[in-house]
Amino acid sequence: MRGRSILCAFGLITPLLAQAQAPQKKDSLAKADSAARADSIALVHELEKELGKPAGDSGAAAQTPPHASGGYMNIGFVSLTDAGWSTEPDIGSLERGDHDPQVRGFTIPNTELALDGAVDPYFKGFSNIVFKLDKNGETGVELEEAFVLTTSLPANLQLKAGQFFTEFGRQNPQHPHSWAFVDQPLVLNRMFGPDGLRSQGLRVSWLAPTPFYTEALLSIVNSAGGATSSFRSEESPEIHGGRATERAVRGLQDMLIVPRLATSFDLTETQTLLLGASAAFGPNNSGSSARTRIYGVDGYWKWKPAAAQQGFPFISMQGEALLRRYDAAERVSADVPTVTLPNETLKDRGAYAQVLWGIKPRIVAGLRGDWARGDDASFDSELRADRFRVSPNFTWYPTEFSKFRVQYNYDDRKEIGSDHSLWFQFEFLLGAHASHKF
Amino acid sequence: MNLHRIATLALIAIAATGSSAAAQLRVVATTPDLASLAREIGGNVVNVTALAKPTEDPHYVDAKPSHIVTLNRADVLIEGGAELELGWLPPLLESSRNARIAAGARGRIVASTGVRMLEIPTSFDRSKGDVHSLGNPHFLADPVSVKIVARRISDHLAQVDPRLAASYKANLVRFNARIDAKMAEWQRQLAPFRNAKIVTYHKDFVYFANRFNLEIVETLEPKPGIAPSPAHLAKVIGTMKAENARVILVQPYQNRRTAETVARQAGAVVLDMPQQPGARPNTGTYFDMMDYLVTTLAAGLRGQK
Repeated sequence: MRGRSILCAFGLITPLLAQAQAPQKKDSLAKADSAARADSIALVHELEKELGKPAGDSGAAAQTPPHASGGYMNIGFVSLTDAGWSTEPDIGSLERGDHDPQVRGFTIPNTELALDGAVDPYFKGFSNIVFKLDKNGETGVELEEAFVLTTSLPANLQLKAGQFFTEFGRQNPQHPHSWAFVDQPLVLNRMFGPDGLRSQGLRVSWLAPTPFYTEALLSIVNSAGGATSSFRSEESPEIHGGRATERAVRGLQDMLIVPRLATSFDLTETQTLLLGASAAFGPNNSGSSARTRIYGVDGYWKWKPAAAQQGFPFISMQGEALLRRYDAAERVSADVPTVTLPNETLKDRGAYAQVLWGIKPRIVAGLRGDWARGDDASFDSELRADRFRVSPNFTWYPTEFSKFRVQYNYDDRKEIGSDHSLWFQFEFLLGAHASHKF
Repeated sequence: MNLHRIATLALIAIAATGSSAAAQLRVVATTPDLASLAREIGGNVVNVTALAKPTEDPHYVDAKPSHIVTLNRADVLIEGGAELELGWLPPLLESSRNARIAAGARGRIVASTGVRMLEIPTSFDRSKGDVHSLGNPHFLADPVSVKIVARRISDHLAQVDPRLAASYKANLVRFNARIDAKMAEWQRQLAPFRNAKIVTYHKDFVYFANRFNLEIVETLEPKPGIAPSPAHLAKVIGTMKAENARVILVQPYQNRRTAETVARQAGAVVLDMPQQPGARPNTGTYFDMMDYLVTTLAAGLRGQK
């Protein structure tokens, strides 16, 4: 039936084709145009002459725009300043993230220099260099991300290679500047450390040929380094207090493997749902064959009316739940050499849920609940203790290139007690326009 | 025998549907106005989808995962260009992994290319608001600019799908003739209001005003993308009274309440003037939409005379 209607369409078109091709091959369009008169035509031709494009020539492909912007590389610069006060003088025990507020008073925990552009016809390149001031005001520099992304692999495949945030869950791959809160969720900090899960390696992803969005991703990255907490990073041993075991990479089993599956549906014209499941498998340095397994699920839902003004109003909800199994091999305590820690598997879990309400253009109210706990083990670490946090906040974006945020944190550390903190944040962006993934 | 024939016919029908569906060019446009042009030039042999909704601000579309799927399967992508979609299209394209619509590919159409852009800034300075470095991207409200875009679409479709090249050219000829006929009509309708003074919310009627000899005396936004402030609105009201500007044009995604407050103070009316086909009933095509814009504006200006 459909085939027939298309054939009919061809039938209708054919005489027109003959008509169109008949007068002149080269200038058929110009002829037709002038036949159709009206002074606007003259203007079109005048414009075309000016732009050096012969009228009716269909061969010429894209012209150079009036002036090219940028150059070979887009440059963006984002700077975050935090300020505030807390009932806990040791802010580091409350805020463990590298890009979280660090002291009572002012801090600049994250300033990014972002560079990106097409490398060649096959790759796009991205790099993010972070400058930060630590709690003593010393400047630190880190190569946060530097990777290439393929642009035209067959079979809906895509490769990422270099140093990058591992695609586990929703927030881990996001830069602090896209977070909706001043600080990192407790559970992500606990599982992935102060700087998130970030390493060097390869990621392959496949867009499935389903009618709705389904993407399967697999990262194979180094399990050691500064940002692989829970695995072979230097930060790992302290979660149960043992002395780190040196271990070399012997094969694939010593790499960090991170599979992820994500899917999304447009529930209605104005509502979208995104669901994901991730896992991370790799060795840890508590013993020669000790391993860590982390599992996570994440969800994101957003409502935005069809006629939103600059993207407002909107309501979004986001949540992630994670579970960690950490094999702690029998070994000597790092602090007390006479103590031997038993062979055990440490179980941790945690979740956060946040809701954002974009009340009117450029004003967003947010509320986040955080929860994290670890089971009892032979060594009690504050890093695994039960915690609960509630954080209401309020953000004002004068434009999409700057923002002011105020956030209150109610922290409840079960054994230690509760704390109150108030944080302000100011951010500005220079250069390349910030474009954001959903 | 009969059964056999039915089965054969059914098989042929299935084969025909399958092959024609596969052969149908999938054209994705970022906005409904571009989609409408693609339908005019492609005819009913191409399958056209728009990413943005008719009532959605083309600067602020959510980059939804479903858009990745749409782009992944596209043969042709038409974008407005001039940084109109800069906030949301790049991450979608990165994820779409579709070389057919990569920058510079035949399947990628940048509508702004070749259009005489207005308001190209002489310096990059965001203290002047969210100014687009390549010029004001709202050029599709000028039917003459649209002819340049239509020809670019026809050229690219012909390159991507040479089998139907002649059909795309023929459709272009028809389209141009229709634009010319309509242009005369629209100009006649707006002729009595030559040099009429109007106010807009955003700088989105610059090309339209230029084409139809209207004068935009103020915008409610003090600078592009910057929210109206009371001080600026007071100034706008003053200008409107002094210049005798009696209409304020707003799009569905702009703040009508603000516009109405200003209109009340200035003795003006607010006109709903969406530039996207489909944002109002019976404005499904570019021509319907322009008809609507011209008629609405003429009625609005007449009512104020």
